[in-house]
Order: sequence, then structure tokens, then C-alpha cells
Amino acid sequence: MLNNVLDFVPKIPVAEKIKQFTDWVTNSFSFLFDPLKKYFEDLMEYVADLLGAVPPVLVILIVAVIAFFISGKRFGLPAFSIVGLWFIYNQELWDHLINTFTLVLIASLLSVIIGIPIGILMSKSRTAEAMITPILDFMQTMPAFVYLIPAVAFFGIGMVPGVFASLIFATPPTVRFTNLGIRQVPKELIEASDAFGSTAVQKLFKVELPMARATIMAGINQTVMLALSMVVIASMIGAPGLGRNVLSALQRAQIGPGFVAGIGIVILAIIIDRFTQSMNKKHDHV
Amino acid sequence: MPIIEVKNLTKIFGKNPAQALKLLDEGFSKHEILQKTGHTVGVNRASFSVEAGEIFVIMGLSGSGKSTLIRLLNRLIEPTKGSIFIDGDNLSKMDKKSLREVRRKKISMVFQRFALFPHRTVLENAEFGLEIQKVPKEERREKAIKALEMVGLGQYLEQKPNQLSGGMQQRVGLARALANDPEVLLMDEAFSALDPLIRKEMQDELLDLQGTMKKTIIFITHDLDEALRLGDRIALMKDGSIVQIGTPEEILMNPANDYVEKFVEDVDRSKILTAQHIMKRPETINIEKHGPRVALERMREEGISTIFVVDSKRNLKGYVTADDASEARKKDVRDIEEILRTNVPKVEKDTPMYDIFTVIHDSPIPVAVVEKEKLIGIIVRGSVIAALAGESEVSTNSAE
Repeated sequence: MLNNVLDFVPKIPVAEKIKQFTDWVTNSFSFLFDPLKKYFEDLMEYVADLLGAVPPVLVILIVAVIAFFISGKRFGLPAFSIVGLWFIYNQELWDHLINTFTLVLIASLLSVIIGIPIGILMSKSRTAEAMITPILDFMQTMPAFVYLIPAVAFFGIGMVPGVFASLIFATPPTVRFTNLGIRQVPKELIEASDAFGSTAVQKLFKVELPMARATIMAGINQTVMLALSMVVIASMIGAPGLGRNVLSALQRAQIGPGFVAGIGIVILAIIIDRFTQSMNKKHDHV
Repeated sequence: MPIIEVKNLTKIFGKNPAQALKLLDEGFSKHEILQKTGHTVGVNRASFSVEAGEIFVIMGLSGSGKSTLIRLLNRLIEPTKGSIFIDGDNLSKMDKKSLREVRRKKISMVFQRFALFPHRTVLENAEFGLEIQKVPKEERREKAIKALEMVGLGQYLEQKPNQLSGGMQQRVGLARALANDPEVLLMDEAFSALDPLIRKEMQDELLDLQGTMKKTIIFITHDLDEALRLGDRIALMKDGSIVQIGTPEEILMNPANDYVEKFVEDVDRSKILTAQHIMKRPETINIEKHGPRVALERMREEGISTIFVVDSKRNLKGYVTADDASEARKKDVRDIEEILRTNVPKVEKDTPMYDIFTVIHDSPIPVAVVEKEKLIGIIVRGSVIAALAGESEVSTNSAE
């Protein structure tokens, strides 16, 4: 009897509607998606080729030298970078590493380029903040796999849908932290800036962004790490890289190669994390 | 003409200030309005004017609306009602662009917690205002360095603010405000965050600087001693309203109401009051006309044991005691000069009371108050004690 109450409304065709909507977007905007896909594919292949053309020894050395300087002239991070990258090379995963790194690089860059302005907008307008915050919550709580589906619908398979999916998944921290960082700038500094007659733009670039820099960098660090995790998942829709090795190992239950590729991802993650973090610390001191 | 003129300036915090404004006009108090409408009256119809070159102190306890008032003056907080004229232009009606111009050229501000930009060096902080105005780099650098040298920080150009002590940081704040060469300086509790010794030093320095710069300074403080030290005039605020405006003396001597009186009670009067505030009208005899007989007679009439002797131009000649005068009469001495004592304890009319203590302590007779050798009053021990106790009658005696 009680169930009948719940059954009062027949199943609402939400899934169908979403599919219809996605189809409509795919069809209506294919004039946009297709050239976008082509352009980005070319760009990424170009970047990957460029990075891949550099001899691995040279890459390892450059990374080690940079690591040495940004970690405050200590030897831990450079040593780890040398050993870790050499291990990846030794396991014949170098090309996959370059592909993964390219994806992370492009996805993170796009996330930052899109995320910071949105974060600034949120910090300036209560309405914008109220509207964007739930969207960010939605983007971050939705299981990441779900993004793969529209990504495929819009862009087919390959690198571009991978970047698209990780863009959705990885942008929120940059947006949130930019908003937070600017809102945390002490009121007196804002007053000082206003009292001397700054325009809104002057205030943003001379006071708010420099003051929020550390917070924004923390957000970017998170974005990069999320992009990395998404890029691995994106191998399910044909994105190249280390993720693909993990996926194929999973499909064939090959525990050995699975772990080796996994370790490669961990090494890349640690190096990227330390690099982005120490960029932040360095700016704190200057 | 006053450089700043404020008329009926009102700020009400809340969503519907119109209603609160109406209640305010009907004479309801800040407290009643808060209860009835949930609106806070920040500043209630403040009116005053500030002359060019003046240090105008706005004083009140926390919550009295003084910080809101100073922020209304450069519209960091938008006024609800009323007007602010600077050089005759109505600031409260200006569009954003003209307001920016005023902030850039005419009004600079110094903040309680310094509000220095931590990511900029001392020099970069000082040149901030000029940078905002897009002054060419060389020129702004030069002006900023000059301002920093004025406050004694020429050696610290490349330091970051957090490497400096509190007092030095506020000097940077001051230099940043001065680099713009504004007409008006707004100082919001500028020295309140400093420890007492440094604070005093900064007050002295501000007065020194003011001696050469002749800016118009509007200074906010909750500290009456500071207000009295710095202010040419003081406005006292309570519950968003200005309850009294006057010179430090006027406020001390004639508190407008109980509130001001309470405020003033705690002041160390010995540092504020001077000889002329506590002196009494002197009993005198004229050296050219009077002899010991008259002297004795006058002393008997007034019930005193010494009397001061002046000439026709009231120049102080000395004093005679009752004993000497009585002796002289017995011996039939006619000339007062024979019994005249000239070692008169005396102070100038603007000697602070603090310094009178020692003089009066060592003196068996009243202390003479002089202005260019003219006797204008005397101080007896009783009036010193009365003044310290805060009796307001002391002021009536200073009228002469």
C-alpha cells in the first residue's frame, strides 16, 4: 500500500533527457568540437614529440638540476628524480611517461587559465560565488569515470577527450583556492589600496593576486595532482600514457606490469608535486 | 576657509537605512534604533570643519564611531546621508573617477595596523601611491626616498616590512602617505598599536614633521593623553555623535556633559594644566604709593601673611611679610623698600603644573605667576590641590 504512494509518479526519464541533451550538444556544436579536437590533437602531439625528441639522459639531468635549485640546494629531491626517472627509462616506459606528462601539462595549464579568472570572479561577486560553488561541488563529487562518457561523445577517443575530462575534474581546486586566497587578503590592505586611489584592476594585480599567490599555488598544486590521476583514468577512452599500461595489465590480470606502470605514475606524481610545491615556497621568501 | 567641511554626516549599517534614518530624525537613540530596526547607527549627524594646517583629533572609546567617521571622509565607507566638502568640492557626490583623483592627490591615510604590503620592500611600499598614479619610475622613487628620509628610514629601503619593528613599520606607513604630498592626512589610531615609549616618540616626531609640513591632519585616537598632546582641536564622540568640539583646554575645563567629564577625569591634569589655569588674583600694594602701614592693613583685611609689591605698571618688585611690616610700623619706617624682599618664587604663566610642584614645595609664600615680569597671579598650595582634584572652578580664576 505504502509503496503505491511512492509509485504515484512513474519513473522520470532523467537518463534519457541527459542523453538527448548530450546528443543535441554533440550535434549542434560539432562545428566547434571537431576543429577543437583537431587543433588540440596536433598541439599535444607536437608537444609530446618535442619532449620525446630530447634524449632521456638530458631530461633526467635537467630535472635533477632544477630539483637541486628549487629544493634549496639539497640533494634528496635531485637524487630521487635521477633514480626514479632512470627506473622508468629502464622499464621501457619512457615514451608513456612523456605522453602522460604532456597530457598533465596541457590539462593543468588549461585548468589554471580557466580556473583563475573564474576564481577572481567568485571573489568579487557574492552572487557568482553562490552560483559557482555548488557547480564545483558537483564537478568534484561526481565519480570521475562519468566524465569520460560525454568526453567521448564530444571528442571521440584519444588525447583530447582525456584532457577534457581531466579539465572538468581538476579545475575546481584552482577556482576555489583563487577565490579563497583573494577573500583572505586582510581588509586593511584592501582599504590601503583603495585609500590611495587604486582602480579595481590595479588593486587586483598589485595587491590581491600577489597576496593570494601562496594560496593560489596550493590550489594549482592540487589541480596538477588531480589532472594526473584523471589522465590515468582517461586511458580507458584511449588516452596514451602510463595509464594505458595499468589498464591493459588490469584487463589481463598481469600483476607485475601493472605495478611497474603504477610505480612509474607514483614517481611522476612525487616529482610534479614537489616541483609545484617548492615553487610556492620559493615565492614566499622572495 | 576650512579645507574640510562635514555637514550632518550619517552612516547607518543595515539593509534599509531609510527607516532608521527617520527614527534618528525623530530623536530615537542609537540603542533604541538597534532594537527597533536591527540597524546600527555608525555615525549620527556629525558636523565639523577642519582648517588647513590644523591637527584635528577625533576621540572616543571603541564603538563610538570614530573609525567609521574617518572612513566616511575618504569614502572607504559610503555615507548614508550628509556631505563632505574638501576644498569646496562635495566628496559625497563625486563619481568614482573624481573620488579616485581626490584619494590620489588630496587625501592619504595611515592605518592602525600599518597595512603595509608584505610582498613589497619598504621603498616599494612608500612609492605605492605614486605608482598607482603612474608617476614615472625615477620620479616616484625619488619622492618615496625623500619621504622615507623624512621619517628616518633612509637606510632601510630594501627591507621587507616584516623585518622592521612596529614603530619603524608605522614610519613606513607615514612615509607612504606623505610621498603623495597630500593636503590632508587621515590617521586612524595610527600609534595605538605601538608600545607607550615608541608611541610618545612617534607623537613627538609627528609634531616635528607637522611643524615643517603644515599638513591638515585628522587623527583618530581613544587615548585622551594622545589627543591632548597632538590636537589643536579635539572632537569627542559617543554613540556615533560628536558631543563636544574644542581646544584641549576647553574640553578639560568645560566638559560639555557628564560623558566628557568622565572621560576627562582620568587625565593626568598635572601635565595639561599650566600656571595660568590655577592661579588666583593677587593681592598687591604699589611700591610708588604705599608704605608698610597700608601693607599691614591690606594683609589684615585679606587674612594673609605676605603681600606682593608691584609698580604702577604691575611689574613685580618683591613682597613684604606681615612681621616685617609690623616691625617697620613700630620703628616708624615709611619706605616700603626697606622691608622689601626680592627673592620671590615665580613661574611663567605657561609653566605646566607638574613643574610648579617643586617650586611651591620649597616656598613658604605663594608663588608668583608672571608674564614678562608683570605679576598676573599667584598660586597657593590649596589651588594646586584643588586643580589636581579636578575642581572646575579653577578655570574661572584664569580669566584675567
